[in-house]
Amino acid sequence: MVDTTPAPGLDDQSMMGDPGPTGRFGKFGGLYVPETLVPACKELEDAFRDAWADPSFRAELDELLRNYAGRPSAITECRNLSKELGLRLLLKREDLNHTGSHKINNVLGQTLLAKRMGKTRIVAETGAGQHGVATATAAAFFGQECVVYMGEVDVRRQALNVYRMRLLGAEVRSAVSGSRTLKDAVNEALREWVATVEDTYYCLGSVMGPHPYPYMVREFHRVLGREAFDQCQAYLGDVPDAVVASVGGGSNAIGIFSGFVDTRSQLIGVEPAGGAAVGRGVAGVVHGSMSYLMQDEAGQVQEAQSVSAGLDYPGVGPEHAHLADIGRARYEAVNDTEVLDAFELLARTEGIIPALECAHALAWIVRAKDELAGQTVLMNLSGRGDKDVAQVQGIRDGDPEALQTVDFGDEVNGSGGNH
Amino acid sequence: MTISADTAPPAQPRPTHFGRLETHLRERRDEGRKLLVPYITAGYPADDWTVLVEGLATAGADAIEIGIPFSDPVMDGPTIQESSTLALDDGITPEGAFARLSDAPEIPVPLVAMTYYNICYRMGHRRFANALNNAGICAAILPDLPLEELEPWSRAADAADVETVLLAAPTAPDERLPRIVEQSRGFVYGVGLVGITGERQELAASATEMARRLKEVTDMPVLVGVGVSNPEQAAEVVQVADGVIVGSAVIRRILDSGSIEAAIDFVAGLRSALDEH
Repeated sequence: MVDTTPAPGLDDQSMMGDPGPTGRFGKFGGLYVPETLVPACKELEDAFRDAWADPSFRAELDELLRNYAGRPSAITECRNLSKELGLRLLLKREDLNHTGSHKINNVLGQTLLAKRMGKTRIVAETGAGQHGVATATAAAFFGQECVVYMGEVDVRRQALNVYRMRLLGAEVRSAVSGSRTLKDAVNEALREWVATVEDTYYCLGSVMGPHPYPYMVREFHRVLGREAFDQCQAYLGDVPDAVVASVGGGSNAIGIFSGFVDTRSQLIGVEPAGGAAVGRGVAGVVHGSMSYLMQDEAGQVQEAQSVSAGLDYPGVGPEHAHLADIGRARYEAVNDTEVLDAFELLARTEGIIPALECAHALAWIVRAKDELAGQTVLMNLSGRGDKDVAQVQGIRDGDPEALQTVDFGDEVNGSGGNH
Repeated sequence: MTISADTAPPAQPRPTHFGRLETHLRERRDEGRKLLVPYITAGYPADDWTVLVEGLATAGADAIEIGIPFSDPVMDGPTIQESSTLALDDGITPEGAFARLSDAPEIPVPLVAMTYYNICYRMGHRRFANALNNAGICAAILPDLPLEELEPWSRAADAADVETVLLAAPTAPDERLPRIVEQSRGFVYGVGLVGITGERQELAASATEMARRLKEVTDMPVLVGVGVSNPEQAAEVVQVADGVIVGSAVIRRILDSGSIEAAIDFVAGLRSALDEH
């Protein structure tokens, strides 16, 4: 069964409800885009609200999530690692989805919406390549033309995903401006959208960007939170004490948080130390919304640094900023050394190779094991790590280029956010 | 039902008098002159960008748009991005740019700051508005601050007599344009094409169409920018518009030649083309 209704409250009573026509989550969110894009954002909001209220759209998406993406994804109890850490660790297995991550939930929703809107051309940005691969996959499935922007640095460190996207028929364009990573891929995708808005659908890959994207992308990922809630009820007869997920832009965390935000579960988002937008950021506006942002005194956006290309983003989805602001979710940061150790730990103890993104969540659980002792912890394993194996091998073998992707000098910020 | 049709807050009442920019542009327009607003990037070239501003005023600019570089300029094409990156690499900051302008000789035409909203938000609305005043800048263009998010900046700007120029794009439905011109101060900036800044071989048909649609709903000066690349295109635009804004074509001449003289000569050429119109 695929069920996207909020759990357990009604949508308009949930702490993660409808942000309304202004797209505000508390003081965050909004619609900060060039005038050229305003009508397109409004058209998209209308189309999304119309589709989301239409049972036939829901049924078609549910069928795709089941029979194409392979939902529902399993919950796996970590029998060995739980013993080692002195807590009960469950994994929500988004790595088992088609294309290997949670990203497919959002992408199937958006490309189906694009089809409904009559748009035949899809533009997307990607960091590690997971959203790009998922978008290229769905575009191939629906017969849509697909262009993916990827930072030049990421094109180099994720060569396998670049080839996957091309194999799926997508055109991959290198973003060569700025830091040449995810932030700049978003800039290039936005510029492309400004120029082609009349026939092109922008398939944004996280819970960020202008309204309605943070809301819409959350709704498309709600399925994973709802499933996890139901699975915990069936398996534990209860909700977990803590729900932990990695946060770059924040889509996998938003998805799983949405299932537990109205329960007693503690919610913890884990950011890379070199891209801790919630932990070290200041409120600001980039890429269409107001949120926490790593920036300098003058308001210039700073470059994020993380071993994981997928988390290399200086901002964070506006709803995370809001959840941090009201104290409903807590945000922690881990450094690259801890992440690499966690990556190997899960492989060795449970036979599961995690994406470097979700190794962040595990790294924090390992660090916080005393605090979490005896508790039931649900971690979102948002993607599989095949794409990262060559990079980690290079780092461990001392390959200079692979070592450049790691910041071993990070200070561990164990105190959580500053807000 | 269109739930998202109108989320912009109610219009701020128009000030009872025109600001310095709008007064200046209306006077010149009403004398039959076609208006020319070139764009430069603050901090590029590092040593003599304020000399460039003086030179453009002498070459016949009616106002000058001064870009305050931002790290993530999503409305700008490769040419302006390059000048912004060079200026940022040379250490330009908003405060630094304002200080240089304060120290420069007084420019005889109005100056308009163009930057992205985060620069303004980070400094704080009132502080930013006051900083513009102190630098001798009378207006601001914030291309990622549409009607929907215009407050509270417009409140602070109106209070400080800073005129906020709004953009109108070809994608706007007809009913949006009157609300844009109602909220715009100084002039209204018609976006000449569906796209980002940069030179184009041909003038887009949307440029004159945009001007025509705006002239139908306002008597404030209507200027068209984005994709206006040479004197011929400028002359074509002002058959309908009151004037043009030219950015990338100015900046490219400095990038190509390494000197501000080529940009000043180019703007003088634009002036002649508009005067011969």
